[in-house]
Amino acid sequence: MKKLIQLFVTIFLISGVILFALNRLNATQGYSGGNVLNIYNWGDYIDPDLIDQFEEESGIKVVYQTFDSNEAMLTKIEQGGTTYDIAVPSDYAIAKMIEEDLVIPIDKSKLPNLKHIDDRFLDLSFDPDNQYSIPYFWGTVGIVYNQKLLDGKKPTSWKDLWDPAFKNQILLADGAREVMGMSLNSLGYSLNETDEDKLQEAKANLMDLTPNVKAIVGDEIKLLLANEEAGIGVVWSGDANEIMSENEELNYVIPSEGSNVWFDNIVIPKTAKNVDGAHEFINFMLRPDIAAKNADYVGYSTPNKDGLKLLDPEVREDKRFYPDKDVTDTLEVYENLGKKMLAHYNELFLEFKMHKK
Amino acid sequence: MKRFKLANLYLIGVFIVLYAPIFYLAFYSFNSADNMTNFDSFTWDWYKEVFQDSRLLIIVLNTLVIALLSAAISTIVGVFGAIGIQAVRKKRIETSLLTLNSILIVSPDVIIGASFLIFFTMLGIQLGFTSVLLSHIAFSVPIVVILVLPKLQEMSPTLVDAARDLGASRLDVLTKVILPYITPGIFAGFFTALTYSLDDFAVTFFVTGNGFTTLSVEIYSLARQGISMKINALSTVIFLFTFLLVIGYYFLNQRSVAKLSRPEVK
Amino acid sequence: MMQKTRNWYLIPYTFWIALFVIAPIVLVVYYSFLDLDGNFSFVNYQNFFTSTYLTMTLSSFWYAFLITLFSLAIGYPTAYLLTKTKHKQLWLLLIILPTWINLLLKAYAFIGLFSTYGLANQTLEAIGIGRKQILFTDFSFVFVSVYIFIPFMILPIFNAIEKLSPSLVFAARDLGASNFTTFRRVVFPLTIDGMKSGCQLVFIPALSLFMITRLIAGNRVITLGTAIEQQFLVTQNWGMGATIAVFLIIAMAIILALTSTKRKKGATT
Repeated sequence: MKKLIQLFVTIFLISGVILFALNRLNATQGYSGGNVLNIYNWGDYIDPDLIDQFEEESGIKVVYQTFDSNEAMLTKIEQGGTTYDIAVPSDYAIAKMIEEDLVIPIDKSKLPNLKHIDDRFLDLSFDPDNQYSIPYFWGTVGIVYNQKLLDGKKPTSWKDLWDPAFKNQILLADGAREVMGMSLNSLGYSLNETDEDKLQEAKANLMDLTPNVKAIVGDEIKLLLANEEAGIGVVWSGDANEIMSENEELNYVIPSEGSNVWFDNIVIPKTAKNVDGAHEFINFMLRPDIAAKNADYVGYSTPNKDGLKLLDPEVREDKRFYPDKDVTDTLEVYENLGKKMLAHYNELFLEFKMHKK
Repeated sequence: MKRFKLANLYLIGVFIVLYAPIFYLAFYSFNSADNMTNFDSFTWDWYKEVFQDSRLLIIVLNTLVIALLSAAISTIVGVFGAIGIQAVRKKRIETSLLTLNSILIVSPDVIIGASFLIFFTMLGIQLGFTSVLLSHIAFSVPIVVILVLPKLQEMSPTLVDAARDLGASRLDVLTKVILPYITPGIFAGFFTALTYSLDDFAVTFFVTGNGFTTLSVEIYSLARQGISMKINALSTVIFLFTFLLVIGYYFLNQRSVAKLSRPEVK
Repeated sequence: MMQKTRNWYLIPYTFWIALFVIAPIVLVVYYSFLDLDGNFSFVNYQNFFTSTYLTMTLSSFWYAFLITLFSLAIGYPTAYLLTKTKHKQLWLLLIILPTWINLLLKAYAFIGLFSTYGLANQTLEAIGIGRKQILFTDFSFVFVSVYIFIPFMILPIFNAIEKLSPSLVFAARDLGASNFTTFRRVVFPLTIDGMKSGCQLVFIPALSLFMITRLIAGNRVITLGTAIEQQFLVTQNWGMGATIAVFLIIAMAIILALTSTKRKKGATT
């Protein structure tokens, strides 16, 4: 009995001390009270130095929280109970947020730096006239391959992945839209296809790919490709860029049949408490020097045309990550196909996953 | 003698496997390159970074305080629950209580997380420290019950009756007979609850907000960019700290037990 | 007189059950009857009885069974041998200690250990077996799952062996029973309850494993847990996710009923 009492008293004492220490720490760090901006972003999707710089210039204290998928973020914001001032969803998620009235319109008069954004990235289908969102980064989905492991064979199209020579060599990203889109594209269909026959054809097509697929993975795909666990990976361009700098054997290609182009934009969720601060932050991120520094750190393609000019020529002239217009014309944005279609895509993808070798 | 050696070999094998990934993590925390595959050269840099990062310190303390408090509170609730279940005479009520009890163990974290999220927002509880603490207590209680119950069942009811006959009050029976008897179960429950809390990602992820983060949520979101060796360094520090704590606690306890020569066990 | 005591002990516990078990279950059952548009329907249940989900359920059970079997096969001797060591409580704590290191980190460590050029393959090469694909196989999945769950198997078995009165073992010995006979006739039957709760603690969570299925098995293994996670977080089809959850809860109730310990008050005598 004495032992039990001792244990519990010690625990509550320690907890009390920790709580007190936390309270002090939060106060000295400025996290409690005062002028605070809550940012909800992907993990490691901003240069941390820029947060410091913004805090210094504006006097606003930034609380940075991260999510790992659009859907998780949506769930959190839908339910309320949080006070995020800034969030960075992708295109289709923005369409959904607008549809469900989860974002507030952006006051462009407070964003003089908006002029630095390339027109190509404004007024897109998911947010006409950019009423609710401002471009942050963009990129494509494509193929990363390892010259050494493939004996000099170079895939250039989605179709090439079905080559029997690539047995057990392919890592796929764990996304229904990505994998189904790949199959649809390889058959010459749009990746926003909703026709049932074509979808079934795409699924059957995927089943044929099974012998070549080593695994269907998440973010660890970068680690696996950099470590030469497999010769081919279907990845987002930003991830490709990152691992190519780690392993020189790797190369990235946008498949010739066309592929997906995606955008991550900044929005102000309707739960925002510090709307002025949010605008100030967006305007700060739009500054060419800041955008360039951020692109340098994150490694994704920046939509900021004046910021782009400040980047290393080697980077900004890299056609794999800043493709020409004739390539971008073959690319498609994921449209919001509606809940039913999305569920159907996921069912088909699930059947593919369950298909044993 | 030969059998004894074989037994030791087996245990050594089990421990090697249990600790292999941890040593692997610790090894690469001294890697000057920021990855877990190619060891470049030896460095202390990651450890320096860990100790300079005040945000990380806050997160670690958050995790710790949630784990300790939730484990302690859920142990108390769970022990009373187990005693209560044991006292139930009707088999049907007992089974249904146990089934309800186990639902949180079987439910995937995502469901627990999502339903708690809906539940908390319905009640109007702000997401943050309170909501995380409540959910950790909630999913730790059943595990305590499951670990304490066998101890209670094994306790002969004559023991309680005898104490009663000798004129012990209800409180006395609880503190002098029942609790000492089930102490090992309580400890097992407490440590398992601690484990569940420290390890939990999915539930915390759903019910946290407003700047409150725990370590596993932070690690999960960092994984997008590949895990930094700073996290390895941090884990190594935490591991060493708990390791020393466990050993220190054990030997201190040993000495006091030796002194009192186990008064609880007749 | 037992009546009153029971009520008093059960107050905080029933409160907890009502708040954190019954309320969420009601929510889950409610959601399982909603289709994508939020209308009442049985469409999710119809969906569940298609070959995709039934196959998934079967394979989930199969893997959970394998994981439990191996955990028991490795965990029982470990627990038994631990009780024979000098500082047994300390060793037990050291079995639990690795579980306090973040699961995701350990999973990443396993990716490193099991990868094509990792430590495991280097060892295999050194002893002449040659490189094998370990990562993304059934073996690695079961291995890592057993690694995660084994402390939860060892703990109750250890407690069960501990509470065995040593006099019983001595008595058996005095009556001339061999080591093996003593174990088979005395130790083993009296620790069955410990094994049962160990199996519950492993089998039930193993049904709903996720994350490991992706990280270690490369989505080659799909469990009910993975499917639920996908439905909730990716498809945002909460209705379907809740339906799978309902079946998981039913499955768990059945398992508990099958393994529930018979009440034999003071049966040791």
